[in-house]
Amino acid sequence: MERTEAELIKAVLAGDAASFEPLVKKYSPRVFATARRYARRESEIEDIVQEVWLKAFDKLKSFRSEAPFEHWLMRMAVRTCYDFLRGHQRNRISSFSEISEPEDDWLERFVADPGSAPEDADAAKLLIDRVMEKLSPEARLVIQLLEIEDRSVKEIAQLTGWSVPLVKVRAFRARGEMRKILTRITKEKYL
Amino acid sequence: MKLAELQKKLTTAARLQKPDDRVPYVFEKRIMALIAERAAASGRVLWARGLWRAAVSCVVVAVVCGTVALFTPDARDGGNDLSQDFENTLLASVDQDDSTALP
Repeated sequence: MERTEAELIKAVLAGDAASFEPLVKKYSPRVFATARRYARRESEIEDIVQEVWLKAFDKLKSFRSEAPFEHWLMRMAVRTCYDFLRGHQRNRISSFSEISEPEDDWLERFVADPGSAPEDADAAKLLIDRVMEKLSPEARLVIQLLEIEDRSVKEIAQLTGWSVPLVKVRAFRARGEMRKILTRITKEKYL
Repeated sequence: MKLAELQKKLTTAARLQKPDDRVPYVFEKRIMALIAERAAASGRVLWARGLWRAAVSCVVVAVVCGTVALFTPDARDGGNDLSQDFENTLLASVDQDDSTALP
């Protein structure tokens, strides 16, 4: 018979480390999906996920079974991704001259007629990835959670450990930062 | 150019991207091996920490003993040295002979 999550966690806390494996197997896809939103290279993604699991194992004592394990784990994953972004922000500020041809074409189509540039085009995805990479770690995290994953401010506060007013302030600044980056792209290309 | 519209369009483009949740082959085994490795390492660390504490305790005891020995007055100064008394007792007859042999 399959053991429940609570039983597995209890066993791990009692010293049976092997009981942690089913948890790793079950939740790794979600942790990988989260990590892939913040890192591009597969080696970096694996490092992030590995760190999340090692932290989860070390801090399992602090897990209170009132909330689902998944929520607790995702909090840890988001915070680890944020730490990763803060540690890898050196290449953030650079020119947009490296924009690829399809991205350039997509932008041109948007300038000519915003309706003719489809959102599901690969070029649009590449462009948003590029813009996200230029954002500061705080801004990127907020835009990702608030605008792309459509989470509430309260949820973001719980995930990041920031206060609700801080999330609001950072969201406001993040939108401004994004606008500034988009202005730079369009200025470099069309002015 | 309408920046707000561009921003909205790009955000929608990002939303349309399905997150890739592929997990590398036997990833969970790798994590479990790392956990086991860390547990073994932490066992060694515990031993090392214990031994270092024992070493520090030994040094402290040695210093205390040395200090006590250094500042305790020498018992021989009082003339109650057992070895001296023993020697005197044993050689008492010889000493006596020596004193009587004198002219």
